[in-house]
Amino acid sequence: MVKNILLVGVGGQGTILTSKILSKGFVENGYDVKMAEIHGMSQRGGTVTTQIRYGEKVYSPVIEKGTADIIIAFEKSEALRFLDYLNKGGILVVNDYEIKPVTVSIGMSEYPNDVFEVYDKAVDNLHFIKANKMADDLGNSKIMNIVLLGNLVKMLQLESIDWKKIISETVPEKAVELNLKAFEKGYESI
Amino acid sequence: MKMLMSGNEAIARGAYEAGVLVASAYPGTPSTEIMEHFSQYDDIYAEWAVNEKVACEVAVGASMRGVRSFSAMKHVGLNVAADAFMSFAYQVVNGGFVLITADEPSMYSSQNEQDNRYFAYFGKTALIEPTDSQDCLDYMKYAFEISEKYETPVLFRVTTRICHSKSIVSLGDRVVPPTREFVKDPKKMLMVPANSKLRHPQIEEQRINGLREYSNNCPLNVMEINDTKIGIIANGVSYQYSKEVFGDNASYLKVGMANPLPDKMIKDFADKVDTLYVIEENEPFMETQIRAMGINCIGKDLFPIYWEFSPELIREKILGVAPVATYSSDVQAPIRPPVLCAGCPHRGLFFELGKYKNKAFFSGDIGCYSLGAMNPLNALDSAICMGGSITGAHGFEKATVMSGVENFKKSFGILGDSTFFHSGITGLINAIYNNAPITTIILDNSITGMTGHQENPGTGKNVMGQIAPIVDIKALCFACGIKEENLIIVDPYDLKATKEAVKLGFEATEPFVIITKRECALLKPIIKARSKMKYKVNAEKCIRCKMCLKTGCPALQLGEKVSIDQDQCNGCSVCSQVCPSKAIEKVGE
Repeated sequence: MVKNILLVGVGGQGTILTSKILSKGFVENGYDVKMAEIHGMSQRGGTVTTQIRYGEKVYSPVIEKGTADIIIAFEKSEALRFLDYLNKGGILVVNDYEIKPVTVSIGMSEYPNDVFEVYDKAVDNLHFIKANKMADDLGNSKIMNIVLLGNLVKMLQLESIDWKKIISETVPEKAVELNLKAFEKGYESI
Repeated sequence: MKMLMSGNEAIARGAYEAGVLVASAYPGTPSTEIMEHFSQYDDIYAEWAVNEKVACEVAVGASMRGVRSFSAMKHVGLNVAADAFMSFAYQVVNGGFVLITADEPSMYSSQNEQDNRYFAYFGKTALIEPTDSQDCLDYMKYAFEISEKYETPVLFRVTTRICHSKSIVSLGDRVVPPTREFVKDPKKMLMVPANSKLRHPQIEEQRINGLREYSNNCPLNVMEINDTKIGIIANGVSYQYSKEVFGDNASYLKVGMANPLPDKMIKDFADKVDTLYVIEENEPFMETQIRAMGINCIGKDLFPIYWEFSPELIREKILGVAPVATYSSDVQAPIRPPVLCAGCPHRGLFFELGKYKNKAFFSGDIGCYSLGAMNPLNALDSAICMGGSITGAHGFEKATVMSGVENFKKSFGILGDSTFFHSGITGLINAIYNNAPITTIILDNSITGMTGHQENPGTGKNVMGQIAPIVDIKALCFACGIKEENLIIVDPYDLKATKEAVKLGFEATEPFVIITKRECALLKPIIKARSKMKYKVNAEKCIRCKMCLKTGCPALQLGEKVSIDQDQCNGCSVCSQVCPSKAIEKVGE
């Protein structure tokens, strides 16, 4: 069985570090892993996605529509683009944080109101999390990506992997303690 | 040792293990990380060249000496390097030489999706195509062996999905083969007409035939016979997608060496299966040749010739099974195109330039500043290719004069520092030599920006992190013939000065140069230095006139009043200079 994790957000939100820790955890625990990202122009404030697939044997690095076990939206509206990727009963985690693009400010497009209700109507298994607020409370809004990682570990029941060890090996030494706190906070947030 | 690596990392590792001593590249998505990773290894020489042709030639020089070398570039970079590549293809290769081309189906960061496999066919060289990161590492080693055994350049073709996907790789040890002797022999390395004339038949009769024999009997082309109702010939990531969809319910011919194609193997495979599909992104490179062999197959009449494939596309086209519809919503996410970053030094220039959009032609170039074309700045009219800005403006200006039309009389050529070094400089020399009174704007942000911060001859460092001499762009312009009174350097954070410079450029009657000088806001030392520099909107003074929004800064958010996202703001002050009611105020230092 191959599991599919889809992380979506806006360039600069730190989806790449989250996926790096996740994939490292899967590799060290004997899974086959493939991961797909697109770098380049899209980093300049555009939509970014990272796809992680793990299981006994993985061929395609990209996730097919209707097969994601979980989607984590680092930015509130971004999962709207990917609802058709979620499998039936799949988990949608939405970070309660808005980044309005320039197109909204200049009236070229609209930022939807009541995003929570829209998601609630659309999917079966929805979770909202205030990851930026939690990270702010810990003193650094940038570590919201690790809060979301903690949340994902809980959601997918991945406790058999020693994530704290992997975080400690991956982030800079002086930031280990803060990142571990962020992980715990995310894990306990449900 | 096993680890997760991107295709680009694995290519770099493969080159290292194959004993490469010299490598030269020019950055370009999706190829950039190959050189970034390769340069981290010990006991190698790595460099960023000023352009792809230069990079290719440096690697060729190393190969002539008798060591293994590679050059890496994005697909359109090979257009620039084609002169070197196509001529070198006639030489007798000494040290193994591999040219890596990173193609971009779906054009995530490119202007076209040309299929560079044809360059191997065109140049009569070997063509290698990996399907995942392990292949990238292993095939690089084969590529060098093939290059030396058949005395041919090898084109190593990858696509964005191969470059930027990660998969598990087993590492090996580095083995540096003995340096091959350099023997002076113009018949092998000096391609003047008399020698080239002798070489061409040798290439047709010896190299290509030898390579074809190898292609039919090599570990790169693998036949896998399972259920034989469906037979799939596939290359690159399409092979992995096919395996994902069909698993053991189809038979496969995985093509890792696609030029020359393994003709005997293909015939054999076609005989074994009921229905033969050729699954390849972009052009029917394999299909056309397979059909020419008299073999019936299904390819481009089923699969599109444009954009990248996916497992669901293959599933839908062959099995007629659409993806399971799970969830959807009528509510759309806002359009989120890439934009110039908050604090980007290009913003001030484009804001001022945009005021002339009904009077002037703006010929742009390849780099972050192509985003100056986006709403609300709208200050670029065209972008051809690397270095095409000044030359495009030159031709437009000459045509304006010759045709006598009255509108758009002024032409601007707009490009960045790295692009200027790449191939903009030749256009500037040409414009001055041929007396084109165009205005060239060089946006010097002291880095190669769009591809994620690579050093260049203007930054003072090389790819190995060593101190390097800095090209003085101003002195270079003077040396090309720009008069002292026709060059102005301006800080694009200073809108008044930028406005004045653009006005001078617009009114100039001789070749004129504006250099906007300000470092990229995303450079780590700049982020650190400016981390406490912020601007805030005083809500009492804000009259919601939206003037500031015309700068297109993503940190500006429109609510009841305008506000500034403090995480993004770096205190460039451009919005505050635009605000008519002085509502945007400085906070911090």
